[in-house]
Amino acid sequence: MASATFQLPFEQPIYELEDQIRDLEGVEPKTAETHEQIRALRKQLTESLRSIYKDLDEWETVRVARHPDRPMFTDYVDLVFDEFVELHGDKFFGDDRALRTGFAKLDEFKVMLVGHHKGKTLKERNECYFGCAHPEGYRKAMEKMRLAAKYGLPIITLIDTPGAYPGIGAEERGQAQVIAESMLEMSRLGTPIICVVIGEGGSGGALGIGVGDRVAVLENAYYSVISPEGCAGILWKSHDYAPQAAKALKITARHLERLGVIDDVVEEPLGGAHRDHHQMATRLKMYLVKTLRELSQLSPDELLAGRYEKFRKIGPFLEAAQP
Amino acid sequence: MSEALPDAPPPKPQREKRGVPSGLWLRCDGCGATVFRKSCDENLNCCPECDHHMYMSARDRVASVLDAGTFEEWDTNITAVDPLEFSDKKKYSERLVAEQKRTGLKDAILTGSGMIRARRVAFAVTDSAFIMGSMGSVVGERLTRLIERATTDRLPLIIVSGSGGGARMHEGIFSLMQMAKVSAALARYDAAGGLFISVLTNPTMGGVAASFASLGDVIFAEPKALIGFAGPRTIKATIRIELPEGFQTSEFLLEHGYVDRIVRRREMKSEIARVIDYCGKR
Repeated sequence: MASATFQLPFEQPIYELEDQIRDLEGVEPKTAETHEQIRALRKQLTESLRSIYKDLDEWETVRVARHPDRPMFTDYVDLVFDEFVELHGDKFFGDDRALRTGFAKLDEFKVMLVGHHKGKTLKERNECYFGCAHPEGYRKAMEKMRLAAKYGLPIITLIDTPGAYPGIGAEERGQAQVIAESMLEMSRLGTPIICVVIGEGGSGGALGIGVGDRVAVLENAYYSVISPEGCAGILWKSHDYAPQAAKALKITARHLERLGVIDDVVEEPLGGAHRDHHQMATRLKMYLVKTLRELSQLSPDELLAGRYEKFRKIGPFLEAAQP
Repeated sequence: MSEALPDAPPPKPQREKRGVPSGLWLRCDGCGATVFRKSCDENLNCCPECDHHMYMSARDRVASVLDAGTFEEWDTNITAVDPLEFSDKKKYSERLVAEQKRTGLKDAILTGSGMIRARRVAFAVTDSAFIMGSMGSVVGERLTRLIERATTDRLPLIIVSGSGGGARMHEGIFSLMQMAKVSAALARYDAAGGLFISVLTNPTMGGVAASFASLGDVIFAEPKALIGFAGPRTIKATIRIELPEGFQTSEFLLEHGYVDRIVRRREMKSEIARVIDYCGKR
């Protein structure tokens, strides 16, 4: 499924093997020897995928998380959910296409689905500001999440944003205030909330829909306080140091799990989610259904207490004995 | 995102480091006049010529808002660790020691309680001289403890924010999560009927603006402070047009409905006291 135009430098051996396989598959008629060669190359391809993806460094992971073929919000809507009834209104300013909300069905559950969408075509990407939401997007999300809580619907948020939009209109309409309020609201909605970072978990723009009972990150997604480029620009005075910044910030799913900041890592298909949308969607669906079943056993009070404690204990410090 | 970030104007090399007093004269950033340091100090660090509100340290802020001698600092025994073993050009652990030495603070915040016109309040102030006043785990934890105690003791809460940094990059994801932690504590405080007065000073940006600083029941800002989510440089780099005059100032926020009142430093205490008079008695 690799895009014809977009290639990752560290995937080069994979493309070469794929090309060889494609060439051999074009040979007609195929001899027993050709079949054997194809089989051997396929095996080699699997090995290559495994070895490359086993040792992705932090910056390579960021590149995978941003891959244009990676499944996005609308892909998961199609592949994970049985129905999606989009609700567009923020009742305040306008319909932000970068943040989408609506009723959705998932096995036996009726849920409120909220998520960033980056856009698939250039036209759509421009409408979505590449997944950077404006205040109206967060206001819409807040409205719909309140609605969900009112009728006891669980909330699922799919996070995929480089960050909330930095622009004049966004500041005029209170980007800071709306993200703050959204976190505060999510901390007190008495319904199960599951948040999954499916691609980029860009800072406040991600956390604005990221306060929940369970927070998961897909294996090759990342979640960070600041983009590696932004961090490099400030601390190293050049964006060229983004790989160093990505490493220093420890932003990959495995790091985050080890640091105890997230609850779960959802494994991706071999070679990343962009290689197999269906398998990725199946894994995500299994995770969501399993987690919803667990959370639906809890009362609203238990959920709220657990959610508070979960965030309350994040952040290590040294506490000396009081003199 | 490049928004929860230290994106205040780059420091001018000729100016001495903030928080380090030196010399008899200083140059006002507002009007450019050379003013006598002493007359500036006596004027709560406001320019005697143009009333430009200059940097004020956390300790001076305590003295300017609370009744003399009433501040009792809480949770002074909490200090930062280096959970990511973060290192850019300098190790974070070394940076912390250097900042502590330079500012005389343990981290970018003071929390505690004191009196305002003989009424007890919970009080916090961040100091933008300590790693841009950014919120790491210590700032998040001390604020959360303060808010929880204010909830139990039913105290009005005043937080004076000054942060060019927002979240502290050196603590990575932990600092981002402090935004959620503090906001959740404020949700409980709010549910318990607490009064929260948020005071914004220059600069209040990024993750600080996008969490507790914007959640006040009443929000005050000092005149001409830089307040916003994304830093002006980030916005300029994204949209590639000149930013309008006065963009992201206190006056801009007042005009757009995100600040209740612009309050000059010398009136801050009485303005806070007045709000407590209306809402703070429970």
